[in-house]
Amino acid sequence: MSEMTVDNSKRRFLVAMSSAVGGVAALGAAIPFVGSMMPSARALAAGAPVEVDLSKIEPGMKLDVEWRGKPVWVVRRTPEMLGLLAKHDDRLTDPASEVPQQPDYCKNPNRSIKPEIFVVVGICTHLGCAPTFRKEVGPADLGADWPGGWFCPCHGSRFDLAARVFNGSPAPTNLVVPPHKYLSDSMVLIGEDQA
Amino acid sequence: MQKILTWVDERFPLTATYKAHLAEYFAPKNFNFWYYFGSLALLVLVIQIVSGIFLTMNYKPDANLAFASVEYIMRDVPYGWLIRYVHSTGASAFFVVVYLHMFRGLLYGSYRKPRELIWVFGVLIYLVLMGEAFFGYLLPWGQMSFWGAQVIVNLFAAVPIIGEDLSIWIRGDYVISDATLNRFFAFHVIALPLVLIGLIAAHLVALHEVGSNNPDGIDIKKHKDPVTHRPLDGIPFHPYYTVKDILGVVVFLIVFSAIVFFAPEMGGYFLEYNNFIPADPLKTPEHIAPVWYFTPYYAILRAIPPVLGSQFPGVAAMGVAVLIFLALPWLDRSPVRSIRYRGPKFKIALTLFVISFIWLGVLGVLPSTPARTVIAQVLTVVYFAFFFLMPWYTKNDTTKPVPERVTDK
Repeated sequence: MSEMTVDNSKRRFLVAMSSAVGGVAALGAAIPFVGSMMPSARALAAGAPVEVDLSKIEPGMKLDVEWRGKPVWVVRRTPEMLGLLAKHDDRLTDPASEVPQQPDYCKNPNRSIKPEIFVVVGICTHLGCAPTFRKEVGPADLGADWPGGWFCPCHGSRFDLAARVFNGSPAPTNLVVPPHKYLSDSMVLIGEDQA
Repeated sequence: MQKILTWVDERFPLTATYKAHLAEYFAPKNFNFWYYFGSLALLVLVIQIVSGIFLTMNYKPDANLAFASVEYIMRDVPYGWLIRYVHSTGASAFFVVVYLHMFRGLLYGSYRKPRELIWVFGVLIYLVLMGEAFFGYLLPWGQMSFWGAQVIVNLFAAVPIIGEDLSIWIRGDYVISDATLNRFFAFHVIALPLVLIGLIAAHLVALHEVGSNNPDGIDIKKHKDPVTHRPLDGIPFHPYYTVKDILGVVVFLIVFSAIVFFAPEMGGYFLEYNNFIPADPLKTPEHIAPVWYFTPYYAILRAIPPVLGSQFPGVAAMGVAVLIFLALPWLDRSPVRSIRYRGPKFKIALTLFVISFIWLGVLGVLPSTPARTVIAQVLTVVYFAFFFLMPWYTKNDTTKPVPERVTDK
């Protein structure tokens, strides 16, 4: 007790230990703040699956539904439309849908469960705009070789009727096919995978 | 009076602070036109804080009410239109003066040793300012607010692996929604302004520690009066530069008021036309362009093609284009600071850089075409070459001899 020497290594040890413990505490205290910025229970509930009645859709027509606040398109494609799909594979970036932009059960040339019914999220994979439905074949503004599909007005990305992106578009990938399943022949549930 | 001052000075360094930062802060006597923009930036900050406080008195950060509350401010609140136009014009004015202030730094080498930290704090201020502008632009909840935010937040989704979760965390939802609007409001009115004021304080403390640079880029502290120890080429900031800056303030306010009263939308560049339509998540405007002060970086983003199905390289290039300014003090190897004594290589490089920055800004406003994309790609290379080749062209340049004392040009 009489010696008044300073044990520097003990001081350094104590400073390091209290800094480490304080750092862990700060990290722990950050969890609720960072976590509070995640989607709330209400936002999660709004992201629940939606049912779509397919009997309302005429052949060749598109129905817009909202799922998780995103536009989802349900299109009943005609046999002619389906026939055109295979004819321009050489102009597509990813004709076989190798990039996982769809559930495995939609990794086929039509990118759908039933060939005629096509479900896709209507948000451009470039920067999130909503492309326009241009089902007419060879219109003046899109060129004579336009097989019908979607055209993004923001930066000019082009997609065919299976929402596969054409070469030379700013969009890097095909549009996203959301998880969906059939509840009955004419009722589809968007937001849940089929078993 | 003197007794009160003494009473205060014994408890708070009032006179000492006044002397250290104004009456006995010696600035070089050869400041020119380019030295107005620092004090003007401070003025615009005050304008933005004051007009912003009064806007929050009537604005509602709610997706259902926000657009209407802005229209309410414009039509029903007494002088609401004026306060809002002052705030929206102030946002663009902030970037005008900050870009000119930064250009001054490039001209006279104000970022060189020992002023590296002044420059670094300045670049951080610029980054926070970009954040302020971005968060603030969502608040009117118009079409361009919504889709602009959609595009920018989706940039974070391009980050590999964590991108998707990161963008959900930023939005607090799967899309830009009420949750996003509310948090952007919190960032815009409290979080970033606090950071901004802290950084500005650090910027000024660092400046007053080492002293201002000047158009000759020479050190005025080398020649001091042997008796008073005051720099021979320095003059007290107050009254000499306070008076000079007041002239700048008067001219600035004339231009600023002219814009506020006669062209607050500036032909769609300060307030975009699509923002007079309420936000609609299911309908994208025909052409999305950011506000003018972001367009050079937006053009760089669009110029970089996707690699392996990923947008990330373009996003990374845009981020590097902004952050590269931080490295400037260490990229410049010239023996002189000011452009007055630099050789042709630096002058050409700086000219090309300014041309590329402005031209990229023009391209960022326009819809992209294949020809414009090629031009943007060339300009992006020029933009980055200015920084990445700087160690070589500044070192090999032919410089002129630097004078001992400041010149009266």
